[in-house]
Amino acid sequence: MKQSFGTIAVKTTMLIIAALLLFAPFLFQDIRALEVAARICIFIVLVASYDLLIGYTGIVSFAHTMFFGFGAYGAAIALKQMGPGWDAVALGALAGVLVSLVVATVIGLISLRVKAIFFAMITLAAASVVLVLASQLSQITGGEDGITYRAPDIFKTATKLMVDDDGKVVRWFGVKLNGKLAGYYFVFASSLALFLVLLRITVSPLGTVLMAIRENEARAEAMGYRVVAYRTFVFCLAAVVASLAGSVYAVWLKYTGPDTALAFHIMIDILLMVVIGGMGTMWGAVVGAVLLVMAQYYLRDLMGAASEALHGIPLLPELLAPDRWLFWLGIIFILLVYFFPKGIVGTLMLRGTRT
Amino acid sequence: MPQPSLTTADLTIRFGGHVAVNNVSCSFHPGETTVIVGPNGAGKTTYFNLISGQLPASAGSIHKGNLDITRMSPSTRAKHGIGRAFQLTNLFPQLTVLENIRLAVQARSGAGWRLFRPAESLTALTTDAQKYLEAAHLTDKAAMTAAALPHGDQRKLEVALLMAMEPDIYMFDEPTAGMSLDQAPAVLELIAQIKSDPTKTVLLVEHKMDVVRALADRIIVLHNGELLADGAPDEVMASQIVRDVYLGTATEETA
Repeated sequence: MKQSFGTIAVKTTMLIIAALLLFAPFLFQDIRALEVAARICIFIVLVASYDLLIGYTGIVSFAHTMFFGFGAYGAAIALKQMGPGWDAVALGALAGVLVSLVVATVIGLISLRVKAIFFAMITLAAASVVLVLASQLSQITGGEDGITYRAPDIFKTATKLMVDDDGKVVRWFGVKLNGKLAGYYFVFASSLALFLVLLRITVSPLGTVLMAIRENEARAEAMGYRVVAYRTFVFCLAAVVASLAGSVYAVWLKYTGPDTALAFHIMIDILLMVVIGGMGTMWGAVVGAVLLVMAQYYLRDLMGAASEALHGIPLLPELLAPDRWLFWLGIIFILLVYFFPKGIVGTLMLRGTRT
Repeated sequence: MPQPSLTTADLTIRFGGHVAVNNVSCSFHPGETTVIVGPNGAGKTTYFNLISGQLPASAGSIHKGNLDITRMSPSTRAKHGIGRAFQLTNLFPQLTVLENIRLAVQARSGAGWRLFRPAESLTALTTDAQKYLEAAHLTDKAAMTAAALPHGDQRKLEVALLMAMEPDIYMFDEPTAGMSLDQAPAVLELIAQIKSDPTKTVLLVEHKMDVVRALADRIIVLHNGELLADGAPDEVMASQIVRDVYLGTATEETA
């Protein structure tokens, strides 16, 4: 099949984003930029796994942050109790995955055979319960304050990955080869691996079955596919991926609390990213995550600068005051949905193809 | 007579007080094409839904060969060789024509659970799917989405999907519905091709008399959910009772 202009544009963008993330520590040499890059990596995985549910299979769940939280809290609690070490990370991640699997299987089996709205409500209820539990069981979870802990030694900022003759940390292109760098590449590599697994699944025979279920559940069943089994499986799969992403993020942040791993605003962010990027395409998850995380971190700065620049002109500086960033984010979101009804990637890919 | 491939015994479904299919006992045989006729609301599609499992039977039983399939889910029945096409076009609209067919092929081969191989690299599946595309004359449209196909091609795809499942029992519900006169022969040709295989059992719901004449080895008549007549096409068409049903005299007394 000949590739349309839109598809080429999307693929080029993907390569650019991948390159930027790969070289992020060298290209953007400040702490905040690295935070943003790591967050983007994690959210790409989180959004892609959510898209497997909502975009590919047509399952609406509000519990995706819950699974993210299981992974994050698993790693956090293990690191806190057992001290910084890879055994704690592995054990915590494994515990998170197991809890996610059990909860996802139970929710899936009891409610995936019924109406979509009922399933959505069940996930919402489960997520609320877990959120309350996390803040109430404060002796384990640290309650609202969350947990601070130390990551494995290799990720300490003081760790020197390479030293020169004087025992000083080596710099490449002005970047210190320290634990922070190792930490970022840990996040980058884990996210890339998880994303590639998801990507592979979407083009596998299983991926086609998932889309078939979204398109025409009754026909898929009549063809011999056990829809409930497939739905439950993909729900578990997405839960496991989200949980692993949570563990990785917990190791990177060295802090886990409701605000970073469980709160509903994260769920809303994921939903926004899926919608902005485009449902039913893994590339959409990438674009959505990049745009929204960037906007959350930099829109204020950008508006501050714009407001400064327009100083003296009536009204405009007021409108662009950094405090109004959420207002502008809302407007940008509405415009995006209006001009890209199938998400940015979804709409672009359709452009130039004959249907 | 060989052993029946499909048997319904006293098959009944009630919706509240309404009996949509009432005590229908009937056997179908390999190599035989049975056309089910009857006025609207006679229970033809409901009878189909009972056999393919979309609706649960209130009473009675369904056997495929010697296997009791009465309580099985539609997907399990499909695995046991019951292939069902639908009255309204019932495809996967946003998937390509090739993907639609491949789904049917891989359902049969059990490849649906394979996660890590790209579907396109499973050449056996794709080659198999190509075969059915060719049979339905859809090869040049393989990359189009099903939704983008003209109506006639969608109906052909519907039949091709069923063929790709390679069932023992083919069930067609008005396969030429909504097709123009010049499109219908393509679909009928496909069904004739299936019919020529002596191991396959074909069930067909159809209104158009020329289609009935062309394909039927046997006709059964449903009326108000009951089996009214069963026999060779000429016999049934000629019987007084069928004429009454179609002319509407029999409908009024029960209305």
